[in-house]
Amino acid sequence: MTQRTYTQAINTALHLAMKKDSKLVAFGLGINDPKRIFGTTSGLVEEFGEDRVFDTPTSENTMTGVQVGLALAGIPSIVTHQRLDFFLLAMDQLVNSAAKWHFMFGSQQPVPITIRLIIGKGWGQGPTHSQALHAWFSHIPGLKVIAPSNPRDAKEMTLAAIADPNPVLILEHRWLHNSLGEFDDSYSLGELGKTVSLSKGKDVTVVSSSFLTAKLLGLNPVIKDLGLEMELLDLRSYAPLDWESIFSSVRRTGHLVVFDYGHNTGSIAGEIISKVTENCFSSLKGAPIRFAVKDLPEGTSFGYTKDLYFKDEDMVHAIFKAAGKTLDRNFALTSITPHDIPSEDFKGPF
Amino acid sequence: MNQEEKVKLYSAMLRIRLIEEAIANEYPKGEMRCPVHLSVGQELLPSLVSLVVSNKDLAVSTHRSHAHYLAKGGSLPKFISELFGKATGCSKGRGGSMHLIDLAVNFMGSTAIVGNSIPVGVGLGYGAKLRGDGAVVLIYIGDGAVEEGAFYESVNFAAVRKIPAIFLCENNNFSVYSHISERQPQNRRIFTMAAGLGITSKYLDSSNPAKSLIELRDVIETTRSTHSPAFIEIDTFRFLEHCGPASDDHLDYRDSIYIDDAKSKDPLALLELELTKEFQDWGSYSLGLRKAIDVEIGQAFDFARNSPYPDPSLENPSAYADARL
Repeated sequence: MTQRTYTQAINTALHLAMKKDSKLVAFGLGINDPKRIFGTTSGLVEEFGEDRVFDTPTSENTMTGVQVGLALAGIPSIVTHQRLDFFLLAMDQLVNSAAKWHFMFGSQQPVPITIRLIIGKGWGQGPTHSQALHAWFSHIPGLKVIAPSNPRDAKEMTLAAIADPNPVLILEHRWLHNSLGEFDDSYSLGELGKTVSLSKGKDVTVVSSSFLTAKLLGLNPVIKDLGLEMELLDLRSYAPLDWESIFSSVRRTGHLVVFDYGHNTGSIAGEIISKVTENCFSSLKGAPIRFAVKDLPEGTSFGYTKDLYFKDEDMVHAIFKAAGKTLDRNFALTSITPHDIPSEDFKGPF
Repeated sequence: MNQEEKVKLYSAMLRIRLIEEAIANEYPKGEMRCPVHLSVGQELLPSLVSLVVSNKDLAVSTHRSHAHYLAKGGSLPKFISELFGKATGCSKGRGGSMHLIDLAVNFMGSTAIVGNSIPVGVGLGYGAKLRGDGAVVLIYIGDGAVEEGAFYESVNFAAVRKIPAIFLCENNNFSVYSHISERQPQNRRIFTMAAGLGITSKYLDSSNPAKSLIELRDVIETTRSTHSPAFIEIDTFRFLEHCGPASDDHLDYRDSIYIDDAKSKDPLALLELELTKEFQDWGSYSLGLRKAIDVEIGQAFDFARNSPYPDPSLENPSAYADARL
């Protein structure tokens, strides 16, 4: 099978979903513009027409409420926000309407809405274009929050999100859009709320998600060469969270490190360590480690991000520390690309 | 307005008034354990609307939604039961006074956060347009909601995509205890500002229900046939406290001249006066009407009192909806 990008996977999912459900509508600022949200919405308006695929006013809050209203009228929708940070204007409709409606009106009507949120990183995205707020969203009962880490998951979980009767937020890390992988063109739904093990290992449980999972998969051969076997769990879903998969892995390995691209305080990583401590205390052979982003807004400058972004070698050190193994203090990895881009072909301004 | 319409209007207004007064009277017993924002004094607009719209038309509303729910035909027993927090309530006791719903009459939900239900209403209106069944959506708001960003965003979107939405603004001059003069420029009227947003906008004179009915019908039917959204403003007066069963005028936030003037213009009392003059035996008709409403209210309160509370341990409620099949 040929390798295709994460972007193509999302685009394929959107085409399949629109074809499958003739009521589904797609909208968002710029989804029909020349750039088509980094190519993820290419070809949609041409195939399904402007009644079903349309550009919107710059009104994040109201457009989210319109999604809720459409859902109550039996019309599911998928909306894209080019940066998660703009979606913060929609918190009233997300938290007070979308997340609550089904419950607060006595479970009479589901709210099938899907919201794609793209998280920026690198090339000076800065304090308000780079926020990863999955912990915020996961705090609200009634929301599903997912983050596919590879093209196949991107396709299958996007399809599952659209088919789900609940509000689902899909967090797309901008650095994954160009990543490659295999997926087919069938209408096949992934399972929401299920963590997957991407690498079997007895020494330490490594929990991660989104872009960091891709990064850790790349580091796995290095870690193996150093003599450590990690079990890499890709969360895929923050809410609901697949606790049993994490608990059973920790019961096998006795060691845990959680990587999180959100800020440290109140993070999903912190929540996982807390629940593991409550439920698997006797299995733990050492203190779990939380590896998350410093509690500091992201400065725009190349100089600021240098210390804020995770370095490969620091991640490897953290895994060894969590596993209770020693690693040469001077162990270092040289990176070919500057820290603020995922690969040489990724150029600004986006 | 013909006589039949006038009697219908009066009956709708009286029914809301008596129900709200019954809630106010019963409230101190402590059985209704949730905030209530009563609609006493604000019965006119929803009652006029009830003469114009049909069951298929949709409505959303605010924290002060009792009158809107009742005028749309929402179930009285389920409403009272909801105030009592009972499992038989219209929202199964999960929403209380500020979250009313009755899907049987397309009252699609009232919500507590100012401006919150406006975008949802616009989405429902868009759904109605896509379905093509000729329904319009009624979006009840107060004077405070036009200070929220969601209002402007929603009017803009409804205008640009031609959504059959009617924004119904009941201006009672107060956002809780803050007078409109402290919140909005004094030389600007809400309905003229709405017209400036590019939609049809009309001010209804609450002292002239007959004229208001004609204008309201015209606006709603135009929106129904053209899908162009419209805005309606009416002046109204909240008789009771912002939240709760009593008066709050001892707080001295409303001028006593203003209060006396507004009370002397109570649309329900004026309509009653008119009908007394026009009908020979209005007294006995009116008495019969009141008795029938009182019976209905008594039955609704009995239903609520005799209903069980929700039991989460049996019900095991989920924040999520079950998977679609």
